[in-house]
Amino acid sequence: MLNSKIPAGELSQKWSSYKNSCKIVNPANKRSLEVIVIGTGLAGASAAASLGELGYKVKAFCFQDSPRRAHSIAAQGGINAAKNYQNDGDSVYRLFYDTIKGGDYRARESNVHRLAEVSANIIDQCVAQGVPFAREYGGMLSNRSFGGTQVQRTFYAAGQTGQQLLIGAYQALERQVALGNVTMYNRHEMLDIVMVDGKARGIIARNMITGKLERHFGHAVLLCSGGYGNVFYLSTNAMGSNVTATWKAHLKGAYFANPCYTQIHPTCIPVSGDHQSKLTLMSESLRNDGRIWVPKKQNDTRKASEIPEEERDYYLERRYPAFGNLVPRDVASRAAKERCDAGYGVGTSKQAVYLDFAAAVIRYGTIECGKVGNHNPTPEEVRTHGLAVVKEKYGNLFDMYAKITGEDPYEVPMRIYPAVHYTMGGLWVDYELMTSVPGLYCLGEANFSDHGANRLGASALMQGLADGYFVIPYTLGNYLADDIRTKAIPTDHPEFVKAEKEVADRINKLMSIKGTQSVESLHKRLGKIMWDKCGMGRTKEGLTEAIAEIQALKKEFWSDVKIPGTVEGMNTELDKANRVADFIELGELMCKDALNRAESCGGHFREESQTEDGEAKRDDENFMYVAAWQYNGDSDWILHKEDLNYEVVHPSQRSYK
Amino acid sequence: MEHYNMNLTLKVWRQQNAQVQGSFETYQVKDISSEMSFLEMFDVLNEQLIHEGKEPITFDHDCREGICGACSMHINGKAHGPWSGTTTCQLHMRAFKDGDTIVVEPWRAGAFPVIKDLMVDRTAFDRIIQAGGYISVNTGNAQDANNLPIAKDKADESFAAATCIGCGACVASCKNSSAMLFLSAKVAHLALLPQGEAERKTRVVNMVDQMDKEGFGSCTNTGACEAECPKEISIMNIRRLNSEYIKAGLSGSVAK
Repeated sequence: MLNSKIPAGELSQKWSSYKNSCKIVNPANKRSLEVIVIGTGLAGASAAASLGELGYKVKAFCFQDSPRRAHSIAAQGGINAAKNYQNDGDSVYRLFYDTIKGGDYRARESNVHRLAEVSANIIDQCVAQGVPFAREYGGMLSNRSFGGTQVQRTFYAAGQTGQQLLIGAYQALERQVALGNVTMYNRHEMLDIVMVDGKARGIIARNMITGKLERHFGHAVLLCSGGYGNVFYLSTNAMGSNVTATWKAHLKGAYFANPCYTQIHPTCIPVSGDHQSKLTLMSESLRNDGRIWVPKKQNDTRKASEIPEEERDYYLERRYPAFGNLVPRDVASRAAKERCDAGYGVGTSKQAVYLDFAAAVIRYGTIECGKVGNHNPTPEEVRTHGLAVVKEKYGNLFDMYAKITGEDPYEVPMRIYPAVHYTMGGLWVDYELMTSVPGLYCLGEANFSDHGANRLGASALMQGLADGYFVIPYTLGNYLADDIRTKAIPTDHPEFVKAEKEVADRINKLMSIKGTQSVESLHKRLGKIMWDKCGMGRTKEGLTEAIAEIQALKKEFWSDVKIPGTVEGMNTELDKANRVADFIELGELMCKDALNRAESCGGHFREESQTEDGEAKRDDENFMYVAAWQYNGDSDWILHKEDLNYEVVHPSQRSYK
Repeated sequence: MEHYNMNLTLKVWRQQNAQVQGSFETYQVKDISSEMSFLEMFDVLNEQLIHEGKEPITFDHDCREGICGACSMHINGKAHGPWSGTTTCQLHMRAFKDGDTIVVEPWRAGAFPVIKDLMVDRTAFDRIIQAGGYISVNTGNAQDANNLPIAKDKADESFAAATCIGCGACVASCKNSSAMLFLSAKVAHLALLPQGEAERKTRVVNMVDQMDKEGFGSCTNTGACEAECPKEISIMNIRRLNSEYIKAGLSGSVAK
């Protein structure tokens, strides 16, 4: 039975009363308690640093060559916080409400409210660390808008917010490394959880340089290993982002929740050919100023500049006048797909829509001219000034677009199309962020907890840092307080020996296949099945086919994969094979989950369940639950349901009109 | 934009590990699209090698959008290749033409030993940060963020320095293998902010000391680092570093 351990009491008081009553470990005992942290993105680095500051003995692991390279670094647009610095009516409640509604009423109220409560502390903490957020001329912090909200609560550092926040957390982490509180293991990949007497007590990791397997003990293990978007092969995730750590935990008993909830981001650079290895996001912040349109005529082959204003369809503004171009991501993505499927797409592939800054250039240019007393500017003057403003706000994104496409977005509108970006699903956790395995925690994108069926923009950074800086330091103590008498378990314990042998056997098995197909080519095929049948539109028929296809692919993988090189030493193909094998199993579960959830909600769109005007139609009567899957052997899972009880917010058909 | 395909000759540094001598190997790749990124061209080559039963070329890469700082190829004598302000992963094949020969090496620097092929060990950078590249503030006791106004120009200048991705191109392009641009970007980022004031002097002294211990060379102001930095970090940061270092020295701060 799932126990989410939500504290009793009024929603707004739950977190304070939890903090007032949870158990605490005294400083002397913390020194003898060891904590393993897997992954060093925003969640992992902030958790490792904060726990190190508290005095725990922390071991942090990342597969990259430095913790500073975790994929949080690529987040562009910003981080939300209920500061109400703009005096536009924001509050903890509104941030909570927007997040619940944005998630299409499939998130847990108590977790989301806590997230909104600590959001303001995150900004304070980051500024104290020296994160250089954007500022106004008066020296105050600047804000902008993001999708699914009507207030300006997003803090940012140009288009590099994730980078600046991660470097803040990384520096805090390196400080703890220097102080000896954290030991850092770069280029290490976690390949199994070690269970002793029903509790997570350590890991098996592979040193990616030597190829050697290592055993590490911890009183508790924290998984902060990010999302699994790369199951689609093409996504905006980094090449190395993978599901392996959470999948191994799943196989050891941690339930996987809502795996089918994936976020397809509306504004990415379209696919250009079969060679494509990954997709690149163009920040949602661009939708503050960019207008999205397609021609009103089908199969229009004219250039954007040749299509007059009255022949353009600003379809988001037309369909959703209240939110316009700033509707949530799931809504914007589906609307783009709908237009392209109906034959209105642009560019050579016709799988793209325009994101146009011409109106913003004129608007900003006029304001800037006015500031210098030029109230009757020429169009050239307006354009020059306007371009300067757009360049300051979005310069790095425009440059990136130009490098990838070879087109100048200051001259022609950007072409964009939806792409896989984020996964709301993940390991099931209770209010304390503990998985269904005692002593095993999951933070950040790797868990399922806060975003329901659709995440709002600028909320991923918020959640990662909330979990690491402000939640786990309290909730972990509540568990470890009962563990102060547990001595470090020597790693020659039979459970460690057994776990290492299982990992070694699997690696040897992979190496012994010596088949004909490369890991990459098999991964690509998995991605195609997932994108076609478990992507933006899902049907019973398609999902059923996908499950059979994935099972067949799994057989093919385990009988015909070709991995060159040896077990010893650096072998990037072997690393990849380990990950892709896990992605294949996860893909099957995602399709099973999507098939089970016969409703549409947020990013999960079952074509059988839509309103007359094509919006996602929920079925609260039958599906108001978290689907937590328990692994029960090969291709076999048991479904556990955690009912979602809305005490404060009243779920309704989401409307952004 | 006109797209085209090309055939190329690649001369790539191969080295099994840090203990053995490496050498160049020559490869041919065909029908490379001008729309590919440089690393996608390497993906094609690696798939080809795997099918021939050979070991693919090992190289660092991750985000492939120019921000994580993992990728690190020295291409035709230039760190990250011919385009200015561009990482290897953002370099696209339209920078080359049919029939070109491209020479690809790892970063060459004593402080960055080769791990395998084009992959090097850059943990020296982490250790420089450990020496003082942070503000010593524990989680949880920060004041309200807007209680600390920071003039926009200072904030912008600090941000510009903080955009360093730690890729190591500055070291690779410097004839002395100096890490001054990397180091100075961090010192400037924190010295320009009021939050960084308390540790301003000890920070710069300790970080410079660590850089010397790691075996990076000295700066002789050739400016190659700035020219090849994919994030266009300004060499003016080195000027700032020098002045911070002198001020710290004059006030008696010594490395701990």
